Amino acid sequence: MEDAARLLQLIINGAAAGCIYGLIALGFVLIYKATEMVNFAQGDIMMLGGFVAFSLIAHFGLNYWLGALLAIMVIAAFGFALDAVVLRRVIGQPQFAVVMLTLGLGFIFRAYAGITWGYDSVGFETPFTNKTINLGGLVLGQDNVSIIFGTVLLCGVLYVFFSRTRLGIAMQASSQNQLAAYYMGIPVRTVFSLIWAISAGVAAVAGILLSPVSMIDVNMGFLGIKAFAAAVLGGFGSIPGALIGGVVIGIVEQLAGYFLPAGFQEVTSNVVLLATLILRPQGLFAEGMGKRV
Amino acid sequence: MRYLFKTDYRQDTTLWRHRGDLYWYGLLIILLLLVPGMMGEFYVGELGGVFIFAIAGVGLMLLAGYTGLISLGNAAFLGIGAYTNSVLLAQGVPFVITLPVSGLFTALFGAAIGLPTLRMSGLYLAIATLAFGSIVGTVFQKWDAVTGGFDGFAVPTPYIFGIPIEGANGIYYLSLGVLIFVLWLSANILRTPLGRALVAIRDSEVSAQSMGIHLARYKTFAFAISAGMTGLAGALFAHYVRFLAPDAFDVLLSVQFVTIVFVGGLGSLHGAVLGAMFVRLLPQAIAIMRDDLPFGIGRMPGLEPSLFGLVLVIVILFEPGGIYGRWMKIKHWFQAYPLKRRTAFRRQKSYARSERLR
Repeated sequence: MEDAARLLQLIINGAAAGCIYGLIALGFVLIYKATEMVNFAQGDIMMLGGFVAFSLIAHFGLNYWLGALLAIMVIAAFGFALDAVVLRRVIGQPQFAVVMLTLGLGFIFRAYAGITWGYDSVGFETPFTNKTINLGGLVLGQDNVSIIFGTVLLCGVLYVFFSRTRLGIAMQASSQNQLAAYYMGIPVRTVFSLIWAISAGVAAVAGILLSPVSMIDVNMGFLGIKAFAAAVLGGFGSIPGALIGGVVIGIVEQLAGYFLPAGFQEVTSNVVLLATLILRPQGLFAEGMGKRV
Repeated sequence: MRYLFKTDYRQDTTLWRHRGDLYWYGLLIILLLLVPGMMGEFYVGELGGVFIFAIAGVGLMLLAGYTGLISLGNAAFLGIGAYTNSVLLAQGVPFVITLPVSGLFTALFGAAIGLPTLRMSGLYLAIATLAFGSIVGTVFQKWDAVTGGFDGFAVPTPYIFGIPIEGANGIYYLSLGVLIFVLWLSANILRTPLGRALVAIRDSEVSAQSMGIHLARYKTFAFAISAGMTGLAGALFAHYVRFLAPDAFDVLLSVQFVTIVFVGGLGSLHGAVLGAMFVRLLPQAIAIMRDDLPFGIGRMPGLEPSLFGLVLVIVILFEPGGIYGRWMKIKHWFQAYPLKRRTAFRRQKSYARSERLR
C-alpha cells in the first residue's frame, strides 16, 4: 500500500511536470502546423511570461487572476509582433535558418530578462502555493493539481476555439493549405501572426502555472528542450499528441529519477527523444501523409 | 579585373583558380608564420584560439554549408576529441599518435550518430543532434572515472619527437598546421566527385538520389568527416585550455559553432575562417572596450550571449550570405566599377517550399 501510494504520487507529480512540457510542445506544434517553422525560443517566451506575471503580481500588487490574465495578453501581443516584424521575413529560407533565428532570439530574450529582472530566481504568491489536498490518504500539492487542471481547461478552450469559431476554422484552413485559404478570402498573414500570438499565450500560461512549483529564473527556457521530446513523441503535427507526449515524458522522467541511479533523470527525455526519432520518426500519433508527385 | 580563360575542363577542378591565388595564400601563410615574432603573447594565444575554432568551423561547414545537414551537437564532438586526446596522453601514449586517434575516434562517433539520423532532415536533425549533444554533456559530467567529473582534468603537455609543445607559440604553430591541413583536405574533398555529391544532396535530395548518389553513404561520410575535424579541434582545444571542465561542452558552444558557419557565410571555406575570427574576437573586443562603452553597457551581465544572438538574427535577416557573401559583393562592386548591376547577386525568388514531405 505504501509503495502503491508512493508510485501514484510520483505519477501525479510527473503528470504535472508533463503538462508543462505538453503546453510548451503545444506551442511548437501550433506554429509548426501553420508555418512549418519551429520556434526554439518557445521556452524563453514561457520564461518571459513568468517574469511579466511576477512583475504584475509581486511588483504592482495586482490580484493573481487579473495579473495572470494581463500577463498572458501581453505575451500574446508580443508573439503577434514577433511574427509580424521578424519571422515573416524568413519564410522561404531554408528551415535551419529559422532554427538559428529563433535560437538567436531566445538568447536575446534571456539576456533581456536577465538585465530587467536580474539573474536570481524569483517567485510570487499564488492561491496554490504550499497547500495540499488530501484524497483518501493520498496527499497532493495543490500546485501540481492546478497545473493538471489548468492544462485540461486550456485544452478544452482551444478545442472549442479551433472547431467551433470562425477564426479557429480559418486557422485550420490556412495550416492545411495556404493557397486555398487565400482564395477563400482568409487574411493568411494575419492569421499566422494570430497563431503565433496563441502559441505565445499558451507558453505564458505554462510559465504562470509552473511558478508555484519551481521558481522563475532566466534559464527556465531550457525546459523547451524537454518539450521537444514531447512534441516529437507526439508526432510534431498533432495537438493531442503533443500533450500526451508531454505527460508520458514527465512520468517517465519521475520514475527514472526514482528507480534509476542519479544522473539518469536528466537524460531520460533526450534518450526518449532519440529513441523515438530512430525507431518511429513519425511519432506516436502521426498524420498519414504521403508525397504527392 | 582578371578574366579567366579556360582551355581545359580540368581547370574547373584545380585547387588554385589561377597563379594569383597561390601567390596571395603563400604570402598569407608566410605572414602567419612570422606573427609570433611580431606580436605579444596574448594576441598569439588568441589567434591560436581562432585557428582551433576555425578547424571546428571547417568541419561544420562541410556538414551544414555543403551537405545541408544542420548539427547542434558539434560541441559534443569537440568534447569527445578533447577527452580522447587527454586521457590517452595521460596513459603515456605519444602525442603524434593521440592527435590522429582522437580525430578518427570522433569520426567513428560521427558516423554512429550519422547513421540513425539519415532519415531525418532539417528540423528533426537539429533536434536529434541537440539531444545527442546534451546526452554526451551529461555523460562527461557524471562519468567521474574518466573525466574527473567537476574536479576537472589537467591536460598533460604534448611532446612531438621530444620537443614540448608549450605556451602560446607552441599551440599557435600546431593549430596553424592542423588548420592548413584541414583546409587543404576540405578543398580537395570539394573538388572531387565526393564533394560535388555532397553539394548535390544539399541542393536537392531527390534529384541527387535520382542521379545515382547513395544518400546514406554520403550523409554518413559527411557526418564522419565533420566529426573527425571537430575532434581534431577538440584535441588542440584541450591543450589550449589546459584544464578540461565537463560543462564547457554545452549547447552554447554548439550554437557558437553554428554562428561561425552562418556569420562567416554558408557554403564557403573562407567563411568558416572569417566566422571563427568573428566569434573568437568579439568577446575580446567587448572585454577591451568594456570600460569605454556608454551607459555601462559593457558591464552588463549576459552581454556576450545576447550579442551572439543579435548578430545571428541580423545576419539571417539581412545578409544570408554572411561575411564572405558581403565581401564578394564589395569585391564585385570594385571589379565592375562603374558597371555594377543591381541584379548581380539577386537570388532566385524564393517561395515557401514545404520540407514536410521529402
